[in-house]
Amino acid sequence: MASLTIRNLNKTFGSVAVLKGIDLEVETGEFVVLVGPSGCGKSTLLAMIAGLESVSAGEIRIGERIVNGVAPKDRDIAMVFQSYALYPTMTVRANITFGMESRGVPKQAQAEALARVAALLQIQGLLDRKPSQLSGGQRQRVAMGRALVRDPALFLFDEPLSNLDAKLRVEMRTEIKKLYQRLGQTTIYVTHDQVEAMTLASRIAVMHQGRLQQFAEPRTVYDRPANMFVAGFIGSPPMNFLPAQISASGPAVLVLEESEGQGTRLPLPDDVAQSAGDGRRVLLGIRPENLTRYDHRWADEKPCLGTIKAPVEIVEPTGAETMAVVRIGSREVIARYEPDAAPAIGETVTLAVDMAKACLFDPATEMLI
Amino acid sequence: MAVEPVTLTSVKAAPNHGRMLRERLATILPQLVLAPSLFATLIYVFVFCGWTIWISLSNSSLLPDYSISGFHHYVELWSNRRWTIAYTNLFLFTSLYVIGATAIGLLLAILIDQRVRAEALWRTIYLYPLAVSFVVTGTVWRWLLSPSTGVERVVHQLGWASFKFDWLVQREMAIYTVVITGIWQASGFVMALFLAGLRSIDPDLVKAAQIDGASMPRIYRRIILPAIGPIFISVLVVLLQFAIKTFDLVIALTGGGPGIATTVPAIYVYDLMFQRGQMAEGAAAAIMILLALSLVLVPYTIWKNWRERREAARG
Repeated sequence: MASLTIRNLNKTFGSVAVLKGIDLEVETGEFVVLVGPSGCGKSTLLAMIAGLESVSAGEIRIGERIVNGVAPKDRDIAMVFQSYALYPTMTVRANITFGMESRGVPKQAQAEALARVAALLQIQGLLDRKPSQLSGGQRQRVAMGRALVRDPALFLFDEPLSNLDAKLRVEMRTEIKKLYQRLGQTTIYVTHDQVEAMTLASRIAVMHQGRLQQFAEPRTVYDRPANMFVAGFIGSPPMNFLPAQISASGPAVLVLEESEGQGTRLPLPDDVAQSAGDGRRVLLGIRPENLTRYDHRWADEKPCLGTIKAPVEIVEPTGAETMAVVRIGSREVIARYEPDAAPAIGETVTLAVDMAKACLFDPATEMLI
Repeated sequence: MAVEPVTLTSVKAAPNHGRMLRERLATILPQLVLAPSLFATLIYVFVFCGWTIWISLSNSSLLPDYSISGFHHYVELWSNRRWTIAYTNLFLFTSLYVIGATAIGLLLAILIDQRVRAEALWRTIYLYPLAVSFVVTGTVWRWLLSPSTGVERVVHQLGWASFKFDWLVQREMAIYTVVITGIWQASGFVMALFLAGLRSIDPDLVKAAQIDGASMPRIYRRIILPAIGPIFISVLVVLLQFAIKTFDLVIALTGGGPGIATTVPAIYVYDLMFQRGQMAEGAAAAIMILLALSLVLVPYTIWKNWRERREAARG
């Protein structure tokens, strides 16, 4: 096990800059998820950590060692690929032991490591099969077995679950989490699925257009997204954005610019208002679960509760909760309801806005205020 | 009221009839289309094979004679020194040609697969020999290899007077010039087949093996080449049946000479049947070629069917 340090890492393909000044410090035993939309550079970053792509500028350290020019086999890493990359003509047994065989590990030690991994992943019954005789989930296990059979400095996962169907994906996600909790290995995990990122990571690195947008614990990324991109990418359904202006004369409030009638006023925590500044134009970011049916009992519990009246346009039941799309000014906003208390289409509802959970963004820089 | 059911049934019956006819036509049509070529194949392959076997057992000389006289032509054939040379040449040529063309073709494919520059240009250059017919190949290489017109003469003119490269006119070595020429012509084609196979390999496999600590030769030997195993089989079958049927290349290059040093069975058959009027023995020789071919093609067909059935069973 080792830590991973990335300093000012750049990657260019011809004149196209794919990664721009990435800085990342992964501590020993951490599970870091690189997440972002396709084309954000997360897979390239992983390939560079693995040594499969060259470094254009900057520095990668595994532990204390700079590995920029080190061949993949000498980096002491293990990797699980999206396509599993199982050797098609070899049995599961040979697939798992091929790495040890290449490194000249004695037969006895190979057999012991194989038995340990097979028991860990419960694939003892599959050892003599070929990859083509396995189901998707089984292939996934074997691919993980090939990585787990060693005790590497770093585990790398490149979208390992994206080829599985939805149900199996959730199961394997739980299993990866269990494995990590048991082994506690330093892991870098690439995915485009923000749910995987939230559930697995000890820290999430959100990437977009070749830049690191935010690197923090899942809770922080969710509650205090560094900018509007992160706010919109993490969370489903995504965060709502409404243009507004701060008014600090008297108790601090936020005046919505596009609401029906003249400016809905929402209360604002004083410290937020002070740090932002009076009269400043902002974008209010509010998650659907903080925008729900108004309940009188909350008045005492939640100190910073505002209300908005809005007409309901679409109702989407998902089972555990019901999403209502309401119209505020020219914007469509998603609110979350308990299924029992779901509104009807066309009804004008009073929504409670939990302003303690609200995020304010600068409209020009799109950064969190 | 009584009239209505009658009209109903008659109206219904008409389109029903039409549909049935169309359905029947749809099932028959593919068979109809295939019938002529199936019929032609049947006659050319089976009837003429049977006819040749008959002739080989008869006493035909200049003209066919249908009275069966037994296997003595086969006995005569195998006691003829010219035929044993031809058959030995066939095995020598076939094995060297197949191994050589496969090895060189594979090597070229692996080299081109290293993402060389101007890859399309290299591919075209290596594929060109295949576009040249055997006769042209043989003629050009005859000029090149002939001591009086080719390489030897050029080197002599450059001043190296003692240089010797006269395999073409040496009894012992002439068959190897046929091998070299054959390899030159076929290896580009082999390369194209292998290259297609190499390109179908998932690049992640190579990356995974690199991380596993395997060297490039080991990755090729243990992972990539086994994965393109079926292509080896196809290459072998194509080359083997090329080699066994070889006729025009040898005729153009050496004419079977010097003497009878590079005779191959196909030349022998042609000679006996159409030059010397020994039809029965020529037919017997042709049947021996057929036997050699079926030694290659029958196991291949069985293997292919077995594989298809296994794939189908697996779904």
